[in-house]
Amino acid sequence: MSDEPGLRIGSEHDILTARQRGRALAEEAGFSGSDFTVLATAISEIARNIVQYADHGEIVFSLVERDASRGLVVVARDQGPGISDVDMAMQDGYSTGRSLGLGLPGARRLMDEFDIQSRPGEGTTVTMTKWVPAASMARAKR
Amino acid sequence: MTIPILKLGDYLIASIQTAVTDADLIRLQDDLATEVGDLRSRGVVVDVTAADVMDSFTIRTLLDIGQVSKLRGAETVIVGLRPDVAFAMVQLGLRLDGIATGLDLEEGLAILDQRVDGRSHER
Repeated sequence: MSDEPGLRIGSEHDILTARQRGRALAEEAGFSGSDFTVLATAISEIARNIVQYADHGEIVFSLVERDASRGLVVVARDQGPGISDVDMAMQDGYSTGRSLGLGLPGARRLMDEFDIQSRPGEGTTVTMTKWVPAASMARAKR
Repeated sequence: MTIPILKLGDYLIASIQTAVTDADLIRLQDDLATEVGDLRSRGVVVDVTAADVMDSFTIRTLLDIGQVSKLRGAETVIVGLRPDVAFAMVQLGLRLDGIATGLDLEEGLAILDQRVDGRSHER
């Protein structure tokens, strides 16, 4: 597992930087074109959540290998207000902010694995992983 | 970076580029609302061909642009959604209900021609 240094997320511009960084790493990992967009979209959603609700935080990307597959892990951490009802926040259309309320549940649908830990007053950590599809892995090895 | 708005006859055209910030989008929404009135435009085309990501904020802003333009008397068409972007939008759970979409700028203008003509016949 190779960890990149954490990317500070504290402004709208950092949202753009995060998804560009994620896209570059996805390319390195062997993902294909449409997966870049899927990953960049999920990263955009969770990075915006940090800026909107916690003011600032960080995103750490890492490439992982498990069995014969490779994946990109995205960890988004903040020390913001936290989420009092995580189950509620994971429902479509639920938002305490001025948004469509699709950020967290949408990001979960875009990724293969998704975990959220949050405590009110302590912050939130989202860990999400996307695995390179077998077909793309086979192409990359050829 | 301000998103430029081009005028073409009765229509306004705006192209969203790769790296637009939330502030750029909000500004576009405000600029379009003003210009639709100032230039007495009948239609707006927002071209998203160059947009690499359409996340929930972008979509919400586009829906708002459509609603605001409608209240100001103009129809809106979104054109140029790339296949991968459309796929990610569907997975994310985003919908563009209530707003017209077209494949490219040409089709967007054709849709506006139909809608604006149709409306003038209703009068």
